[in-house]
Formats: sequence, structure tokens, C-alpha cells
Amino acid sequence: MYAYDEIDRTLINERVSEFRDQVKRRLSGELTEDEFKMLRLQNGVYLQLHAYMFRVAIPYGTLSSKQLRRLAHVARRYDRGYGHFTTRQNIQFNWIKLAELPDALADLAEVGIHAMQTSGNNTRNVTSDQWAGVVPGEIEDPRIWSEVLRQYTTLHPEFSFLPRKFKFAITAHPHDRAAIKIHDIGLRLHKNEQGETGFEVMVGGGLGRTPFIAKTIRPFVHGRDLLSYVEAIMRVYNSYGRRDNIYKARIKILVHELGVEKFAQEVEEEWQQIRDGSLRLDDETIEDIRSRFSYPTYEKLPHMPDELRKAAHDPLFERWRRNAVFPHKATGYAIVTISLKPVGGPPGDATADQMDALADLADKYSFGEIRVGHEQNLALPHVARRDLPALWKALETIGLATPNVNLVSDIIACPGLDYCSLANARSIPIAQELTRRFANHDTANLIGRLHINISGCINACGHHHVGHIGILGVEKNGEEFYQITIGGRADEKAELGVLIGPAVPYNDVADVIEDIVEAYLALRANPDELFVDTVKRLGVEPFRERVYATR
Amino acid sequence: MTSPLEQKKIKITQPSVVTANRTWDGAVIYRTAAGEWSIDLSEAAVVRAADEARALLSESAADDLGAVGAYIAPVEIGEGGAIAPGNLRETIRATGVTIGLPVQEPARV
Repeated sequence: MYAYDEIDRTLINERVSEFRDQVKRRLSGELTEDEFKMLRLQNGVYLQLHAYMFRVAIPYGTLSSKQLRRLAHVARRYDRGYGHFTTRQNIQFNWIKLAELPDALADLAEVGIHAMQTSGNNTRNVTSDQWAGVVPGEIEDPRIWSEVLRQYTTLHPEFSFLPRKFKFAITAHPHDRAAIKIHDIGLRLHKNEQGETGFEVMVGGGLGRTPFIAKTIRPFVHGRDLLSYVEAIMRVYNSYGRRDNIYKARIKILVHELGVEKFAQEVEEEWQQIRDGSLRLDDETIEDIRSRFSYPTYEKLPHMPDELRKAAHDPLFERWRRNAVFPHKATGYAIVTISLKPVGGPPGDATADQMDALADLADKYSFGEIRVGHEQNLALPHVARRDLPALWKALETIGLATPNVNLVSDIIACPGLDYCSLANARSIPIAQELTRRFANHDTANLIGRLHINISGCINACGHHHVGHIGILGVEKNGEEFYQITIGGRADEKAELGVLIGPAVPYNDVADVIEDIVEAYLALRANPDELFVDTVKRLGVEPFRERVYATR
Repeated sequence: MTSPLEQKKIKITQPSVVTANRTWDGAVIYRTAAGEWSIDLSEAAVVRAADEARALLSESAADDLGAVGAYIAPVEIGEGGAIAPGNLRETIRATGVTIGLPVQEPARV
């Protein structure tokens, strides 16, 4: 956990006071909606179909049990008893009243949570690997650098009114769980030949109307130069980014239109002017931030304790353990992923009661810490392996032990037309139907790793372009239709999926996905060949034939 | 369902109403013939011509304090003059999400 200092606490509290005054002036008529809109967006407040939606930041996906309890409180006190975890490690509440938002914000501020820069044309919540600091094979904890960026970008005057929103993601592990290549700036922490720590800097990734995979503009930037290099990128974007056309305003369009070499050259020239200036990070600053992260004191525990040996005879426990438990850097400990994808449930939703119960379990079994992943699942990052059987039983009782992590029913979905004012079609009912079709966990395990991502419109909050199977809702003559892509992925081998054919109507989507999965099972070279690898080997044509032969 | 936010021109091809969200809580509201707002679609003023629609929208949008984002939405008129939403988006706005909510309890008032 990172401990905020007095500056952070003051900043958050001042923001609550400012927003309280702004809401008061809006409700009295002193501010028009046009004047107020930018102010509310800077505090994560959107207006959706039924109500205001309130997006709360969870920096780099790390939460304390105290903070999770407070989110549960907000869900219960100000909303309808649940929250929705998003693909950018945030949480959204769908039924907030504007008049009560300042109180909700004040309650969150007491535990160091805010909603700054969760919307608007500024730098958004910096996301990272939900297993940061605990996964074996990591260069170092990427959250330290995420925090450096958070402090640097928060309310940065030059970057508060960018041409468009701007998103960072950081990973420090060879396997990318943070989807860095679909971010405006993706940072991969690694070591150079001299053994120094620094970043491969990728720019111009993004989904939406015009999807691009980020391109590397510098293979290594030393850690001390991170801020100056990032500032150079932002200055080039701020200077050349288009403000006349919202669809061409993201940095990905600038990189594409300038060309990556020219863009990199512009950044280099800018950087040479500022790299040795005040933004150069000294060791003391980095160590100060590093020192504010606290880590558990792990016990020396056996890898295979008696409790685990005994529980291995229970096939239900074993099925969950094999699916949801992952290696930890400390012997005798594990990372546990908590699926928020129950059969028939809305992906990413958790009730206030579940949040409270999970906070208690985090205190009991995970040193009071919870993580949020961009796949819309949670994780307990420090669980002693001896406690796994007890934790599983407790998770079962609160409906959080669905053993479908990374399987076909572990679906990413945006809120879609049920909530969102931008959506063209529903996402959640499609996801719910698919989880029912693939509810048999043995079948799901036979299929293996398969990511289905669903978006209700081209803005792609459900990351459909990079789903192994992507589903995009569109409108045709007033009816909901869905385009299907296959072969996308969001990891270190990130690729955009390929459209398999004409859009299909709402009622056909689940059948089509079943056809695609059946085709994969028939076509895969062996049971170990993942869906996405079969598509890579064979292309989309065999799947297209299967889907459209009878339609 | 094309979002009204993406509509460039407003066409009136069927009976329509003016809808918005209430400023203080975001609730879905409809403009009435009496120049007020109602949360009940059955109380909405129905317009059938572009000029009427524009006038109703203009009057509605002038109430910046009471409502946010007023726009013209299609409706269908049933037997006895019953007003029903004219597309899925408006049905969802009028009757709520098409899924079961994670917490099955009445909304807090």
C-alpha cells in the first residue's frame, strides 16, 4: 500500500470543498450546465441514461480493506448497493444523485480516495499490473513509477486541457497484464545491457473508432529520465494534437499521421532541451516514494502445507485452486484472483455486501490489501497457501469463488445500452447469456484460455478489438446487431482482432459464439493450442465458413 | 439505437416527446403540456410536426436549472392514446435496465 502524505490529503480535501461549492452553485442556478459540465467531468461525474454516473479512481488498482469498505458504504448509502469495476481499474456507481455527490466524495476522501481525472481531457488514472510487487519474475514494483507519474500528472496545468483524454499503463513483467500496448503511453520496465533499470516507451496505442497498437519510440529511457521524456511526448502532443475534430484528437492519430519516426524525432528534440532540467529524478525522490509503499512481512511457510494437502482431495476446491490461484514471489504464499463473473451475472459488478465481506477476508488472509485488474476481476495479493481452503469456503459463501478466471465466461463487458448514453446496443445481457451457455466449468476448462470482450459501441470501453473474440454492438435500422472479430489480444503480443463477416442480430450472438468455439475445438492442433493461436495459425476463414455457412 | 448525442439533425417521422434528465438527481423526465417536467411518460406532451417539436425543445432547453440535456425522443401512441417509448433506448430510459440488478432491493429514495 502507498501512504498519502499531507500534500495528498490536503489536495483531496480541497477538491471536495471546491466540488461542494460547484454543485451548490449549479443547483442554485448560478452555474449553467455548460459551465458546470467540465467541472463535474473533472470529478468523474457523467450523466448517463438513468442518472449520474460517478467514476472513482483506484490508482494502479491497489485498495486497502478500509478503502474497499468505504466503497461499499458509498454503494449502499448513495447508490443502489453495488458498484461496477472497470477496464481501467476504476469503480463506477450508476445511480448517484448530484445533490449527494459532495457527501459521497467527502466520505471517500477520509480514506484517501478521490475521483480526480477519471474523466475529461487530461491524464487519467495510471494503470498497472494487478499483481505488481508480488509476482515472480518482475523487474521491480511498477507501482512506484506509477505513483511518480500520478504525482507528476495530477492537476498538472499544462496537461489538464489536452486535445483529448490521455492514458498511461505500466508493467514490469514479461507477461503484460496491464494491456500497455493499447494505451496512449505504454511503459515496459526492463533492464538494459548495463543492468540499469528503465523503460521501453510505446506511444499511440488505443481502441475506439480508430484502433492502433502502440509503437515503440524509444527502447530504453532511464528511470531518472522518465518524467522529462514523458513531458517531451506530452508537449509534442499538446502542440500538434488536433483540437478541431474529436475523432482525430487522440495521440494515436498524431503518431499515425506524422509517422512514428517523425514523431519520435520531434519528441527527441523536445527532450534534449529539458532532459537535464528540473524533471530529472534524483535517487532521493524515487526512494522517498518507494519508502511510502508498505509491504507485508511474510512468514517462512512451506509451499505445500498440510491444510492444502488435505483439501486437495476435494475436487471442487481443486478446480478453484487450479483456476484462481497463482504463484507468488514469497514461498508459501499465493496470489488469488477473485472472479467477478458469476454465471448469469453482470461482468465486473460487486455488491456492497460482497465488498465488505471481501474487505474482511483481505484483513484475515491478505494483509488488508486488494487489487483490481483491468479484466474486471479483483485479487488478494498475499494469501498464505495454508489459508487457501478456508479462503475458498468463505468466498463460496459470498458468491465470489466462480472458477472461470481466463476462461470463456470470464468476459469483459462495458455497461452498454442498459446504462450508457453513448451505447448503441446492450453488452451485459449478451455477456450473461454467454456465461449461461458456457456455465459448465469442465467444458470451459476443455476450451481453455479464451477471452471474450464486449463493447456496446465503437468507443470500445469493453476492449472488443483485443478480445480473442470481440463483440461490438452496432445499430441497424433501429435494431441491435453485433460485429464479431477474432484473433485479438491485449498482452505483450497485442493484436487487433479481424472481423469475420456481417453483423448478426442480438438473438444470434450466443449461437455464433458457440459455433466459433466448436470450430476451434475441431481445428486446434492439440489441446494445448489456445484459441488465439489457432486463429493465428489458420486465419479467420475457417471460422467465417463455420459461422456463415448456414446463415 | 443511435445516441441522441450523435444526432446531427432532428427528424420528426413519428409522434415524439421531449425528454431530459433532472438536474439534482439525474432521473429521466418528460416535458408536459403545462410546461413542467414529469417522471411519468404518460404525462408527456406529444408533438407530431417538426415546428411543434422545435418549439417544445426550445422551451424545455430554456429550463437549464431543472433539466439537463433535453432532446426529442420518438414515442408510439397506443389504443386510448397511451404513450409508449419509440425505441429500445427510450424503453430502457423509461422502464429501467433490461437485466436484473445485482442487489434486488428498491431504490433508496
